[in-house]
Formats: sequence, structure tokens, C-alpha cells
Amino acid sequence: MATENKGEGWHRRVLEGHLGLFAIMSTIAIAIGGIVEIVPMFTVSAGPAALPGVTPLTPLEVAGRDIYIREGCYTCHSQMVRPMRAELLRYGEWSRSGEYAYDHPFLLGSRRIGPDLQRLGGKYPDAWHYEHMRDPRSTSPGSIMPPYPWLLQARIDAADITASVRALRRVGVPYTDDQIASVPAQLAAEGQEIVARLASSSIRTEPDREIVALIAYLQRLGKDGKAAIAAGQGGGPSVP
Amino acid sequence: MVQHNPRPAADSAVYDDHIVRLFFLATVTWAIVGMLVGVIIALQLAWWPANLGLPWTTFGRLRPLHTNAVIFAFGGNICFTGIYYSMQRLLKVRLWSDALSRFHFWGWQAIIVAAAITLPLGMTESKEYAELIWPIDVAIAVVWVAFAVNFFGTIAVRKVQHLYVAIWFYMSFVITIPVLHIVNSLAVPATLFRSYPVYAGMTDALVQWWYGHNAVGFFLTTPFLGLMYYFLPRVAERPVYSYRLSIVHFWALVFLYIWAGPHHLLYSALPEWAQTLGMVFSIMLIAPSWGGMLNGLLTLRGAWDRVRTDPILKFYVVSVSFYGMSTFEGPMMSIRAVNALSHFTNWTIGHVHSGALGWVGMISFGTLYWLAPRLWGRPLAKPGWATTHFWLATIGIVIYTVSMWAAGLTEGLEWRAIDPSSGQLKYPNFVDIVNQLHPFYWLRVIGGTMYLVGALMMAWNFVLTIRGSARAGEAPALATAT
Repeated sequence: MATENKGEGWHRRVLEGHLGLFAIMSTIAIAIGGIVEIVPMFTVSAGPAALPGVTPLTPLEVAGRDIYIREGCYTCHSQMVRPMRAELLRYGEWSRSGEYAYDHPFLLGSRRIGPDLQRLGGKYPDAWHYEHMRDPRSTSPGSIMPPYPWLLQARIDAADITASVRALRRVGVPYTDDQIASVPAQLAAEGQEIVARLASSSIRTEPDREIVALIAYLQRLGKDGKAAIAAGQGGGPSVP
Repeated sequence: MVQHNPRPAADSAVYDDHIVRLFFLATVTWAIVGMLVGVIIALQLAWWPANLGLPWTTFGRLRPLHTNAVIFAFGGNICFTGIYYSMQRLLKVRLWSDALSRFHFWGWQAIIVAAAITLPLGMTESKEYAELIWPIDVAIAVVWVAFAVNFFGTIAVRKVQHLYVAIWFYMSFVITIPVLHIVNSLAVPATLFRSYPVYAGMTDALVQWWYGHNAVGFFLTTPFLGLMYYFLPRVAERPVYSYRLSIVHFWALVFLYIWAGPHHLLYSALPEWAQTLGMVFSIMLIAPSWGGMLNGLLTLRGAWDRVRTDPILKFYVVSVSFYGMSTFEGPMMSIRAVNALSHFTNWTIGHVHSGALGWVGMISFGTLYWLAPRLWGRPLAKPGWATTHFWLATIGIVIYTVSMWAAGLTEGLEWRAIDPSSGQLKYPNFVDIVNQLHPFYWLRVIGGTMYLVGALMMAWNFVLTIRGSARAGEAPALATAT
């Protein structure tokens, strides 16, 4: 198609005339970068090992995380504190790889329409989260977050969460047989604790409501990592 | 130019243009849907009550619908339209299997419909541009295999020995997309609608952004460069500027692109060496990207006078220019020091849209306007509307990107601002920063709406063209003026 130059014959004959060879060459070209970058992540030092003290989510927290994913919370909120002064001041400790060891999928996010949530756990009381999900502007005047009133009504399903926990074990999260067998009991016990705490703020709900599971998850965010870092297990300098 | 396709009238007997028409119509339909959802979610950020108080219409559920609709529904269908039209003519042979072509078409549309149903229901895997649940992922792989078999089958039975540069770019698309899709989507199902990826934490993040960045590279770049190499010389009636340049930039592009993913994870907990590789390869990507841009723009040498009068050439010129601009901006944003400011902000959104609205959208519109009269054998019903569409879209993009740059810089600078006297954050309340962005969010709604209105004009223009309500008698003369 283009003006043809002399001396360009070899690749025309060898490469651009042969479908199979061209396809193989371009496959190799695209494979190299991915292999070099991704394969080392499966070695212990680079990627997946958990920080000491970072443990898998409880069943209720798993349910909450499923809701977090379903509602697309990650489209507006990141879970990744960068090691920069302003971020440490605003959010707290910067994120370590070992904190994410049991994250399937990862939820780092790519956009902060709202603030980062990596260190949210324990920052506010349960009642704050309840009211915030019901009407974000009641707790954060000026917020542009939509309200999520349906979370206050909808119920979680123990069989569904058992399926989640079982699948998470299959991808490598170390849940024991006992833990999987007792998912319904754990859900009830954990849910009851949060319901009791909410009751002390005059909020009445039930342990199997979605809002309870979501609160459980949000209150867990970043807590294990923070404890590990405080205990000097985080590696690298911590917040001055 | 190699002399081919001298008589379009005879083409239709040899080539399967019915499938091209189907993909054409799907492209226009999904373009409207994808852009409409985009305007809706833009409005939701400017005015939160637009979330409508329903679970299915909140920003968190509609944003993935928007990205999937514009990338895979609009972008995918225009690629298939252009590939099926051009490869038959470049290889001088009908598509290998009509049955596979039909299966590809209906399979792809079924996948899009399934996505449009499941995403608002909150069924998502949460990985960006790979949100679709695992049964749909399986369907994508199956349909893609059908497409690939048809694609390579057609090349295998070709009547022209040499593979033209457009075919190389198509081939990298056909080969790379399933590799990215399958590796990134490996997951264990919990239920029919939910699964968890086999990768954990930062490994999952790296695999995702290896996928995500190369979805940009191999879904929104290489097939569109292929379209540029086929359609631009035909619209401009000029040969491609440099064959040698096309070889060099093709191989450099496909080799370098795949490394750039970690620039999405700068300052994250990803190992530093991987972040650095991502940054360095991103900067190197300027060279092959600009090789493509220059080859496109220089192909217009001697045809620039026609840019003034021909709306199709206008679309191409602006498209290739935006390609050059966003492939310069991207590498700049991959530099750690710049990324520290731009990451997580609206600047990224502006960058993505200068690529999506500018490069992908404009080249698609130009190609659709060029194809419509040839596929239906009728002149374009309202040529003047195409020019109006061009200006609406161009001004819309400028409003969009400039407002997002301003918004991104505003929030990026205020997030990091520290009061020197106290050493504390200058804007400790996040919401205060959010509330300064409203004017920019409204400007974005305006820019996006202009772009959507232009696309609606195009769609109506095609309806009139296909109905043949305008000067149908002139059709044969124009159709042969290829």
C-alpha cells in the first residue's frame, strides 16, 4: 500500500506473507512483558504473604464485602494509602502488601470521588455508619454520595455466605472445616454484637440485615494491618 | 495504494456485507446507549439526586455499565464492522464462514445484553473493565474463539499473499484480547452469579492492571490503528506515508504496551521494581504511539485542502491528533512525580476521555460516515449534519477534558496541601474539596451532552440514509465514486 522501498523484501517474504509465523511472533512479543512482571509476584517475597496478625475476614465481614462489591463502593472509594505526608495525615498508615493477602478480589480502587477507606475501621461508631448509609448528608453535610436505604431492609442469606466462604477457601484463604460448618452460628453471633451496639444509640435493627454485615466489614477495614504495623511488623518506616 | 475493489457493485456478490451492516447498526445503537449512561452518571456526580434512590440506578452500578458499553459494545462493534469490511477487501476473499460470522454477531450482542442486565443488578466481579460475572466471561471466550477461527480462516484462504499493515494490527487484537481476558478472569465460582479470583491482593491488582492497561492497548488502540491504516488512505485518497514506519511502530507498540500496566499502581504496595518497569515502559511507549500518529497525519499530505470541506476527514484528523495528545499525556502521567498528583483524581478521567471520545469515538464516527453510503448504496441523507456533528463532538470533548483537568488539579493539589505554619492538612475535610468540583462536574455534563447530541444526529442521519428518503436516485453514481 505504501511506497515500497528497496531492501525491505526480507520481512515481506519471511514474516508478512506467512500467517502462522506472524501470529507466533506477535504472541511472543506480547507474552514477554507479562511474564516478566507477573510471574515473580507468585514468589513469597514479592506478593502474597500476609503480615503477622492479618487474618481472614469473618463470615459476616465476607457478607459485607460482597455487598461493598455489589454496590460498586470501589468506584468512588480507594483502599490504598500512599506513602506521602498528606495521605498519612489524612488517612493514617500507608498500605503494605501483606495487608491485602486475603483480598480476592483486590479493592484498591482507581478513583477518589470520596475519601480512601483503607483505615476506616474503628474511625467512627457503628451508628455513624448506619446513619451515613441511610442518609449520607446526615453525617457528612455536603456529601454527594447516594443514600442506600435498601441496605437497612434487605437480609443476608447464610447459605449464600457459606458458598462465598467455601469458594474463598478454594482460592487460598485459610478457613477451616469447622469455620465453614459454623458460618450460620458465627453470622448470628457477630450480627448480634453489632445490633447491641446500635441499640445503645437507639437504633433498632436485626442481625441478618445487610447494613449490619456492611458495618462489620467497614469496621474491620485496615485494622489488622494497623495493629501489625504498630507492633513493628509492617516493614518500612511508619507514620512519624 | 494497491489496486483493489475497483467496482463496489461487484463486491457485494463476493463479499459478505450483510454482516458488516449488522455490526454497523449495533455500533450505532450501543454508542447511543453507552454515551447516554455516561451523561447520566456525569449528572449524578454534579447532582446526587440523579441516583434516583433505586439500587439499580446508583453511580456504583451504572459506572461499570457505562465503561463496558462504550468499550466492548460501541468499541467492539465498530472494530468488528471495520475488520469484516476491510479484511475481505484486503485479502480479496469472502469471510471464511458465514455461520461463524453470524454466531460472532449474535453472541457478542447477547453478551452485551447480559451485561446490561447483570451490572445494574449488582452482579459484578469488581475488576475494572472485567466486571462481568463468570458465566458471561465464559461466553466471551467462546464467542472470541469463533471470531478468531473465522478471522484466521479468512486469512488462510486469502487471494493476496502479503498481509497489509491493517491486518497485523487486527491480528494483535484477535490474539491478545483472549490472553488478557482469560488470565485476568480466572476465578472460582461461589454461585452462578458470584466468583472470586484465584489471585490475591497485590498479585490480583497487578494482573488486573496488566489486563486493564492492555484493554486500552489492544482493544482501544491496535484495532483502531488497523482501521486508521485501512480507511484513512481511502478517505484521503493518498497512500500510507511510510511502510517502514508502520513495521517499526507495530512491533515496538505490541512489545512495549504489555509492560506498562503497573503505572496504574504507582505508590501502591506493588514491589518497587515492578512500578519502575511500568513507568519506564510507559514513557518508551511515546515513540511507537507517535509513530502511528505521524504515519496517519503524514498520510494526509497533499490532501489537507480537503479537510476543510470533507467532514469525514475532519473526524480522522481530530481523532489522530487526540491519539497523539493522549499518548503523550499518558506517559507523562506514568512518571511517579506527576502520578503522585494525578492519581485518583479527575485528571485520569479527563485523560481516558481524550482517548475515548477523541481517538476512538472520532475515528469510529468518520468510519461509520464513510461506510454508510457504501453499505446501503445510497448517499448520506444529510451531509451537513455530519459537519454539525463534528463540531458538537469536538467542542464537547474540549469542554469535557478541560473541565476534568481543572477538577483533577484542584482536588489533587488540595488533597496534598499542608498548612506550613501548623504542619497540618489545609483541607482536612474531604467534602470541602468535593464541593469545589461542582462547576467542573456541570461543565462535564454539558460537554458530554454535546457529544451525545452529535451521536444522536448521526444515528438519525443513518436512519434517513437507510430509508433512502433523500435523493435515492443519485445512489449508484456516489456509491461507485469510492
